[in-house]
Amino acid sequence: MAPLLQLDNVTIRFGGLTAVGEVSATVNEHELVGLIGPNGAGKTTVFNMVTGVYQPTSGNIAFGGKPTAGLKPFELTERGIARTFQNIRLFPSLTVFDNVRVAFHLHLEHDAVHSLSRGPKFHREEIGLRERTRELLSIFNLERVQNEPAKSLPYGDQRRLEIIRALATQPKLLLLDEPAAGMNPAEKIELMKLIQFIQEKFQLAILLVEHDMKVVMGICQRIHVLEYGRKIAEGTPAEIRANPAVIAAYLGQEHA
Amino acid sequence: MPPKSQLWLLATLVVAGIVSAFSGRIDPYFLDVAMGVGIAVTLAASLNLINGFTGQFSLGHAGFMAVGAYSSAVITTNFGPKLLPLVGGQVWILFPIALVVGGLLAALAGLAVGAPSLRLKGDYLAIVTLGFGEIIKVIFQNVDAVGGARGLVGIPNYTNLFWTFGVAAVTVYVVWALLNSTYGRGFLAVADDEVAAEAMGLNPTRYKITAFVVGSFFAGVAGGLYAHLKGYLNPGGFDFNKSIEIVVMVILGGMGRHVGVILAAILLTVVQEPLRQLGDWRMILYSLLLIVLMITRPQGLFVWPLWKKKNA
Repeated sequence: MAPLLQLDNVTIRFGGLTAVGEVSATVNEHELVGLIGPNGAGKTTVFNMVTGVYQPTSGNIAFGGKPTAGLKPFELTERGIARTFQNIRLFPSLTVFDNVRVAFHLHLEHDAVHSLSRGPKFHREEIGLRERTRELLSIFNLERVQNEPAKSLPYGDQRRLEIIRALATQPKLLLLDEPAAGMNPAEKIELMKLIQFIQEKFQLAILLVEHDMKVVMGICQRIHVLEYGRKIAEGTPAEIRANPAVIAAYLGQEHA
Repeated sequence: MPPKSQLWLLATLVVAGIVSAFSGRIDPYFLDVAMGVGIAVTLAASLNLINGFTGQFSLGHAGFMAVGAYSSAVITTNFGPKLLPLVGGQVWILFPIALVVGGLLAALAGLAVGAPSLRLKGDYLAIVTLGFGEIIKVIFQNVDAVGGARGLVGIPNYTNLFWTFGVAAVTVYVVWALLNSTYGRGFLAVADDEVAAEAMGLNPTRYKITAFVVGSFFAGVAGGLYAHLKGYLNPGGFDFNKSIEIVVMVILGGMGRHVGVILAAILLTVVQEPLRQLGDWRMILYSLLLIVLMITRPQGLFVWPLWKKKNA
């Protein structure tokens, strides 16, 4: 089976700086893959290329077997790539409910004109979407705050809401950009459970960028390691832990 | 049975029609102010879609208004004698057609300005729309066919209470209905965070252009009403000050508030009357009002509950 996401010799340069150089990597369907590396290794840049925020200077990215070159972020979301952000980017003035509801927009059959006509079709569809939004929120126990503005939620709930919002687009691949950032150890354990739960419940592939080794090693099936924009290793958590190049990248040469 | 919102719209139209039928008994001065209120509500509600809900900053609303005013006035004034017999001499058929054509041309102008410039954000967009407004004004000042700087005269006085309040009600309904849906929440999402909206599969450019086109359509219709209310168009009347006046209504009412902006439009139009003898000094008062308001009540004057503090 062809991988769901395939990066083939992907390079991006910003002026003279090669932020990511000749990275090849894959994510298979229903796989939980980690992307790690020291600060500035290019992890988020890889994310931004996969989601269409940046276009690679050279190399190819394919999703579901089709090249993604030239597609805008919203077009990639239509194809089934959803993401969260390193620094949470909710819609702060919208309610928790509307944050999720608006992400269902992709699956609307009717838009502007039906909004104006407010006919029976419109109402049926809106009721259906409200039901699905409530359902999704209740899976994650956020329905009790659904009418609060998103900005008023505590930090951990905001992170979760961002994941829920991404799920509402019904992705095949979910990209999580440092979801454990700013969490305490207890919250991190909860997050690990949540990520595994999501992968099973929604049957999707997850690509996880994370600094926290415990989280990455604990849940990922496969890990790609970046350093200075290059891929230095790939393997299972056990293999990565024993890989001398990885240890050198994180701890310095003499420890390897 | 149609939805409640449409019943409200229908009821407003019926009331406007009935009141309008008896407008002969209303004091003409009062009537004039009332019609001005209807036009102001249309302008403010349509700008609210762009500046308030979609988070753009347009300073060109008077320009779109001018496009609608001039094009509908040309239709009724220059071509009216030929067109009227075609619709059986019925003004109530010709007038709305002229208004809609004016609105469509304004919407086209909105598309022409919006499509290339909506990549710009905040102040940059404001400057482009400001420039557009000035260009429109100067064009009308220099085209002799529409009177040039002397203005366009002899426009039939077709505007009455029914048209002004009818159009205002339709505008408010359209803006409200557009926003109150899953689709419509996208406008607010784009205003909140464009990058996140795009990551959720919303096309921000499309939302912004939609807001711009719908907003300028109603600005154009309002312009048509204004032209047929005054019977005379002076291109200088569609200057920067006019745009600012509408922006002030939106800010005063609370950006992205339906009722607040309507109330602000009413208030500012009525307040103008006693201030009329101040002439251009009025703008100083406007500016002062804005400054005081931004310091003391940045969320808007009519945000419910009235005593609520921002972010509380």
